[in-house]
Amino acid sequence: MQEIRRPPRLFKNLNAKVAAIPMILTALVVFVGGTVWTVVYSFTNSRLLPRENFVGLQQYERLWATPRWHVAVENIFIYGACTLVFSLVVGFLLAALMDQKIRFENTFRTIFLYPFALSFIVTGLVWQWILNPQFGIEGIVRSWGWESFSFDPLYNANIVIYGILIAGLWQGTGLVMCLMLAGLRGIDEDIWKAARVDGIPTWKTYLFVVIPMMRPVFVTTLVIIAAGIVKVYDLVVAQTGGGPGIASEVPAKYVYDAMFLSQNLGQGFAASTMMLLSVLVVLIPWAYLEFGGRRKHG
Amino acid sequence: MASVELRGISLNFGSFEVLKALDLDIPEGEFLVLLGPSGCGKSTLLNCIAGLLDVSDGQIFINGRNVTWEEPKDRGIGMVFQSYALYPQMTVEGNLSFGLKNASVPRDEVARRIARAAEMLQIEPLLKRKPAALSGGQRQRVAIGRALVRDVDVFLFDEPLSNLDAKLRSELRVEIKRLHQRLRNTMIYVTHDQIEALTLADRIAVMKGGVIQQLDAPHAIYNRPVNRFVAGFLGSPGMNFLAGRHEPGTNPRFSADGLAIPLDRYQAGGNGKTAQAAEFGVRPEHVAIGEAAKSLPFSEEVTVEIVEPMGSDTLVWARLAGQNFTFRVESEKALSVGQKILVGFDPGRASLFDAEKGERI
Amino acid sequence: MADTGTAAVFAAEPAMRAGAEPRGPRPRKVISRRNILIYGTLFVVALYYLLPLYVMIVTSLKGMPEIRLGNIFSPPIEITFEPWVKAWSQACTGLNCDGLSRGFWNSVRITVPSVILSIAIASVNGYALANWKFKGADIFFTILIFGAFIPYQVMLYPIVILLREIGFYGTLTGLVMVHTVFGMPILTLLFRNYFSSLPEELFKAARVDGAGFWGIYFRIMLPMSLPIFVVAVIIQITGIWNDFLFGVVYTRPDVYPMTVQLNNIVNSVQGVKEYNVNMAATLITGLVPLVVYFISGKLFVRGIAAGAVKG
Repeated sequence: MQEIRRPPRLFKNLNAKVAAIPMILTALVVFVGGTVWTVVYSFTNSRLLPRENFVGLQQYERLWATPRWHVAVENIFIYGACTLVFSLVVGFLLAALMDQKIRFENTFRTIFLYPFALSFIVTGLVWQWILNPQFGIEGIVRSWGWESFSFDPLYNANIVIYGILIAGLWQGTGLVMCLMLAGLRGIDEDIWKAARVDGIPTWKTYLFVVIPMMRPVFVTTLVIIAAGIVKVYDLVVAQTGGGPGIASEVPAKYVYDAMFLSQNLGQGFAASTMMLLSVLVVLIPWAYLEFGGRRKHG
Repeated sequence: MASVELRGISLNFGSFEVLKALDLDIPEGEFLVLLGPSGCGKSTLLNCIAGLLDVSDGQIFINGRNVTWEEPKDRGIGMVFQSYALYPQMTVEGNLSFGLKNASVPRDEVARRIARAAEMLQIEPLLKRKPAALSGGQRQRVAIGRALVRDVDVFLFDEPLSNLDAKLRSELRVEIKRLHQRLRNTMIYVTHDQIEALTLADRIAVMKGGVIQQLDAPHAIYNRPVNRFVAGFLGSPGMNFLAGRHEPGTNPRFSADGLAIPLDRYQAGGNGKTAQAAEFGVRPEHVAIGEAAKSLPFSEEVTVEIVEPMGSDTLVWARLAGQNFTFRVESEKALSVGQKILVGFDPGRASLFDAEKGERI
Repeated sequence: MADTGTAAVFAAEPAMRAGAEPRGPRPRKVISRRNILIYGTLFVVALYYLLPLYVMIVTSLKGMPEIRLGNIFSPPIEITFEPWVKAWSQACTGLNCDGLSRGFWNSVRITVPSVILSIAIASVNGYALANWKFKGADIFFTILIFGAFIPYQVMLYPIVILLREIGFYGTLTGLVMVHTVFGMPILTLLFRNYFSSLPEELFKAARVDGAGFWGIYFRIMLPMSLPIFVVAVIIQITGIWNDFLFGVVYTRPDVYPMTVQLNNIVNSVQGVKEYNVNMAATLITGLVPLVVYFISGKLFVRGIAAGAVKG
């Protein structure tokens, strides 16, 4: 009865390790490697090609001295704040309406969600057409006799970001509704029965019982919306191309233009690093919450 | 020769010790039951024997061969699971033959073994069906058949009857016992159900906290539990425990709240030499009432508080020495609440545990 | 038992409150104030959501003179399919004037291999993570999931370099690899969660039966996982077909996917704007994901819910 030592761990489960190689490469080389590379090269003065000529924070100083970047950041803040508020509120209200045991629920859901299947390019182009001042909404209202009516967000630098917001909300609110509806359906039916027996009005039940119970759904939805906001690019490119002038620039477009159009790689790296930072600001508290929550469940 | 031998088996998940240096010898042909509450490590131990979990330390021998690091299929075991774990997309026949095909067993041999298993378990009419078209009892028969066709010496059962309703459970219990008598294989059977353990086992290993508390024949475990945990875990309704003091000497007795139970007939072990706080345990079915109680070494009058008729017999709740005390009476005996009645028992059949560690005195 | 208790209370409750409650039995009166409010709101919102689709369709069926005269919401007086033909086979991007068809076939050649490759890799990976955990697997998986939140812009250029190094920059193969990489987080999560939800004892039984890593994957797991594969296909087809950024960064004009070509057609500054052709082209581009969406129905919802809620 002799003892046998544990065989070497490396070859145990070898197939699983081989199967995970694409994941490991993606995680380490592309995600970690790529991110670190970009951050490192944001401290160089690379222009057409990446060069290891480190210039400290120069690119960041130039970035924050560029009016176009300021416009881009301001736009993404307006767009982001409005998207968060409107899509959460509208999404939740729609979900609450859909949860009233209505008829044609599937039809309504299909209608609210179909824009989500469309690309931002298609979304942007459709709304570009609808908001066309000559033939679109403005033109129609004027043709009804209200000659001074003005609604031309895509040609008015002051409100162009709201024109994009309309399109963005049209595309994405259906998703929020679906997530919220799933959250509502996940709530124990007995809660409603209990609230009813206790004589609590519906709106109060929603506000003080249901919404607090849906906290995890709200948090996840928030993270998804937020991650989507930072990436906004195609929509702007299709709908306005950043115009009029630079009025609808967004950070993602700034990065692309710096890297691939104006041959200013260093600026692109610095700008994308700023985007990364803004995501981390959202991501880290969320990860902390999730992690803390999981530890509680043990 | 031992069929299954465990030497110092330990398993840690992080800093949590699931199994603590377990030793266990199971002779060939024995039906061993691992019994314990959930989380005691019994299923984990079975998975370690099967090779589905890697041990942190220790060695496992099956038929004298060290299989500690062998693949499950190479260990010479068959396993039956609680959820049956039948492959849903395969027919019953496919389920039975899957393992044999993986082992490249010749086709006619596969057919022969399936026929034999199907005959033994009376599942011949089901061979062409898919698991979804079977009842729970039929599924578990197929699952047993899947272990059977492997033609192995050791069968592992992981709570195989827990998903079945009470009636099917008792039917299949008998079936498994019959199977064991016919095959005479070594069987290791995990359950939390004491009835299954008591009815099936040659020996029971009662586990708690990753440690085997007591390993013995069912009647020994039932009548002479080594500690308070084992005493409380087995038996339904559970054993009565009276807190008090053990006073050894020429006139040994157990005293509690003015009550003195003589212990002349109690065989105390080595740790019963000094007086100490102790618990006195007596099973409800060892209590006699009325005339029968008078002739016993200990008897006392109690007041009936609650009567629970259970069909075949009746459970009566009362108080003895100010503590809860239950006993079983025949269901024909009509007792009413508030009635005074004489109860008695033989302290020789009782158990005594020290209050501190809970070990048998 | 609790149910019967509350049900009894329910029955005793006067029916007057039922109208205001969301979960009770449907009130007998169909036209109540509450219903008008609910259906009215939903109907108006549904109109808002349907409007762009309607505008796309009617505009694409009108001739240019009619567009210049009428408003965008009026239905076409004279239906013409000319814009569709033109969008498909004659619309110009830069020097090419062979229409959207080129982009369509490019997108097909990108989407089909990307979907197959990304799902093949991610499903095996998810299976390995769910059933064959090895040391360190969770660390890589965590990095992978966090990577899904990193803005693509951060990784755009390093990937250009990587692709150039292995000689796939500007090719369809390179783009397929990029889609596989960026599809991996969500798909791996999807498959890992699905395989973890299958009974573990099934996996154990198969191991006792002597099936190995691939044997269990192909013989046991795959046959049980058809729905989740359909969900993954839906996610990937719509996601990859709709991609713009990777297409424009990692391919050359002659292999541009449809979205990029569409944008170039509509937003090109040369020539007279042909709004009907533009809308026809937009509609054609949106058609593939829309068809997938309408056919898949609930599975699409399940896909986004699975990808999103269960993090």
